[in-house]
Amino acid sequence: MASLKPMNGAEIVIQSLIDQGVEVVFGYPGGAVLPIYDAIFQQSSVRHVLVRHEQGAVHMAEGYARSTGKVGVVLVTSGPGATNAVTGLTDALMDSIPIVCLTGQVPTHLIGNDAFQECDTTGITRPCTKHNYLVKEPKDLARIIHEAFFVARKGRPGPVVVDLPKDIQFADCPYVMPESVKPTTYRPATRGKIQAIEKAVDLLSNAKKPIFYGGGGIINAGPAACKKFTDFVRATGYPCTLTLMGLGAFPASDKQFLGMLGMHGTYEANMAMHDCDVMIAVGSRFDDRITGRLDAFAPDAKIIHIDIDPSSINKNVAVDIPIIGNVAHVLGQLTGTWDKRKNRKRNLKELKAWWKQIEDWRSRDCLAYKKNSEIIKPQYALERLQALTEKRDTFITTEVGQHQMWAAQFLKFEKPNHWMTSGGLGTMGYGLPAALGVQTGHPGKLVIDIAGEASFMMNMQEISTAVQHHLPVKVFILNNEYLGMVRQWQELLHGGRYSESYAAALPDFVKLAESFGAVGLRANKPSEIDDVITEMVEVDNVVIADIVVDPTENVYPMIPSGSPHNEMLLGPAAKGKGSGKVTEKGKVLV
Amino acid sequence: MAKKVASQIKSSKSQPGSAYFMVDSDQRIEQHTMAVMVINEPGVLARVIGLFSGRGYNIESLTVASVTHDDSMSLITIVTSGTPMVIEQIRNQLERLVPVDSIKDLTQEGPYVERELAMVKVVTKAKSPERAEVLRCADIFGAKVVDTTTRSFVFAMTGNTDKVESFIDLMRELGRTEVARSGVVAIGRGT
Ligand SMILES: Cc1cc2nc3c(=O)[nH]c(=O)nc-3n(C[C@H](O)[C@H](O)[C@H](O)COP(=O)(O)OP(=O)(O)OC[C@H]3O[C@@H](n4cnc5c(N)ncnc54)[C@H](O)[C@@H]3O)c2cc1C
Ligand SMILES: Cc1ncc(C[n+]2csc(CCOP(=O)(O)OP(=O)(O)O)c2C)c(N)n1
Ligand SMILES: [Mg+2]
Repeated sequence: MASLKPMNGAEIVIQSLIDQGVEVVFGYPGGAVLPIYDAIFQQSSVRHVLVRHEQGAVHMAEGYARSTGKVGVVLVTSGPGATNAVTGLTDALMDSIPIVCLTGQVPTHLIGNDAFQECDTTGITRPCTKHNYLVKEPKDLARIIHEAFFVARKGRPGPVVVDLPKDIQFADCPYVMPESVKPTTYRPATRGKIQAIEKAVDLLSNAKKPIFYGGGGIINAGPAACKKFTDFVRATGYPCTLTLMGLGAFPASDKQFLGMLGMHGTYEANMAMHDCDVMIAVGSRFDDRITGRLDAFAPDAKIIHIDIDPSSINKNVAVDIPIIGNVAHVLGQLTGTWDKRKNRKRNLKELKAWWKQIEDWRSRDCLAYKKNSEIIKPQYALERLQALTEKRDTFITTEVGQHQMWAAQFLKFEKPNHWMTSGGLGTMGYGLPAALGVQTGHPGKLVIDIAGEASFMMNMQEISTAVQHHLPVKVFILNNEYLGMVRQWQELLHGGRYSESYAAALPDFVKLAESFGAVGLRANKPSEIDDVITEMVEVDNVVIADIVVDPTENVYPMIPSGSPHNEMLLGPAAKGKGSGKVTEKGKVLV
Repeated sequence: MAKKVASQIKSSKSQPGSAYFMVDSDQRIEQHTMAVMVINEPGVLARVIGLFSGRGYNIESLTVASVTHDDSMSLITIVTSGTPMVIEQIRNQLERLVPVDSIKDLTQEGPYVERELAMVKVVTKAKSPERAEVLRCADIFGAKVVDTTTRSFVFAMTGNTDKVESFIDLMRELGRTEVARSGVVAIGRGT
């Protein structure tokens, strides 16, 4: 509750965080936020996690937010503190993650003077936040902070920056409670229009070759919405594919699940997307990694698209039935309408044929890879990791590259909020700090960062944060000594000219771990994998596991950019070859 | 429907190396006038303009002024152009901005009236025949003389963009001109 004693700006900041239910702040101090750090020092309601780089702070807040469903909070100083946060903010914007980032600013009378550690924070962050504020008057402070939380979580979530000049932090400020604050001009729709719902159910009922295409929006809508989605998909009996951001919204073990779709999605998911007659997109945004060639995307499909953000609809692909609303509500509406029409006629014969076709595609076994007893295949390492952690409530984060795609393909997500990855921006260096954020929100749970050696090195200073705060995350490095994803494209598209993609001068990751006070482990051969994983999981400390894998392995299937969904490159071990090959024209397109 | 897009978008023959599938659109380009009501706060115009430049939308004209009795809201009138899909995006992207209260696509919701104010200075030789001609033409266009010297006039005239441009073109033929324009303001007709 708000106390009645007069508070200064810094105290107002802390009081607002408390009243917003904030448990933890990820931050780094500096001159322009010292009053706030002073207020932090004098209380014990809000925990502060000291990071090692402000980019790490934002990714931690993202991992925390994505795994708990709460808003992640960041506190950084002016100038370099704010600019270091920019990559994280952009990442959160692209992946719709709710963040409130408080930045220090020089005193109001110095703004615009090129003062020490001044930068135009609101100017710099305007295009990479959902919204931002500069507090100019003490009277606005409490309202703006509460409004920032409202905006960050409402509608399509995203990052919000509040820039706090130092004089405001010292000034006496009036306090207002969160409930009294609501921006009048921001009113996202929640319920779908009833006519659209009716039309969508008609279309779904009459479908012969339907498919569900679910995305990160279902995860954004929360576990209850994921359950509604799962129940609805099961009620229809239709096949379901998920985007990279949507994994976990529908149980991976369910027979109706076709795996991830898109550039590195499964053969069955992409073929079904291409051939379907009715597609229902739920909280997914027709990203270019999904659609491939737009003029050959699902050529025969009628498309239903549920999204809370009208700007996601008809952006890349024109749809037939747009439904603007929160999937949590819209799925309830759809299920209700679907259930009311129990006695409708269905195309049972065609649906059976559709499933038979899908099973045919599935039998190609598109994720198969050549086993090897001498050298660790990255896929094998992940299969073992899956097998040895299945019984636990495991949270996975990733860096960006081949390892990320293999993790999406080979790890099985049964529940939402257990998979944190940088999809939209593809930020190398996301995974480790994100894992720390997850661990902060889930003490005692197993949190693993599936990493590439190159990505890990982009934010590896955060191992120090992990050790300091007893956040025993596990970094599982699939070490192929290459910027593997880059190497793969160079192999397939640039004549094997491996320009600057060798990860030279790597550190000894075991010694590196030890120097931080963490545990370092290494597996060189397939026979060593199980022991390393077991030890990694058991030991109650931060672990860096250096898994030395085949440097030449590629991620398949792959839809080369510029190709339609039904022209995929399949790996050498899949049954039958993919129909795709990289044409000269395709090379230009990728 | 997906097919519809397919026919509207054709892949380009001569593409540079890229990580993306690129398309040339042969959809028609339309011009739209939008009235955007925003909270009158610092930075709001930067948000709108930044949205247009960041996403590569065109601005043909943009005006802004406070329009409510308490100065709490401003109206931004934007004339923009793009394919129908881009126009829809522009509207939806504007709607995402937190301080944007409402958007009217006047072209779509029509009918509406639009006006521009132009101030046109025309400099001619003193006592020349052009001087009389300038005045005669200005009269036809309903332009008002707001300043004069022996060698110049300043006219103020309002009209839609077409009319304003015709007037300016005409004046250019008659003397050395200097022009200031307000940009378009527009409002829906009727009740
Ligand atoms: C190296 C690399 C390779 C990749 N390859 C692939 C690939 O093969 N396959 C793949 O799928 N992705 C891939 N991606 C990820 C890809 O770039 C996109 O990030 C991803 O496809 C977007 O997922 P999404 O469509 O679920 O949208 P998200 O980015 O998760 O967006 C969510 C959508 O849901 C809406 N929404 C949010 N909340 C709600 C709500 N409550 N109700 C309704 N709607 C809501 C939002 O408005 C938005 O439109 C790759 C990324 C990288 C870095
Ligand atoms: C910050 C950043 N810089 C560059 C890239 C481009 N990029 C994508 S994947 C990749 C290589 C990643 O190498 P590694 O982490 O070792 O993963 P691998 O692909 O080998 O599994 C690069 C450089 C990026 N995604 N992010
Ligand atoms: Mg690598």
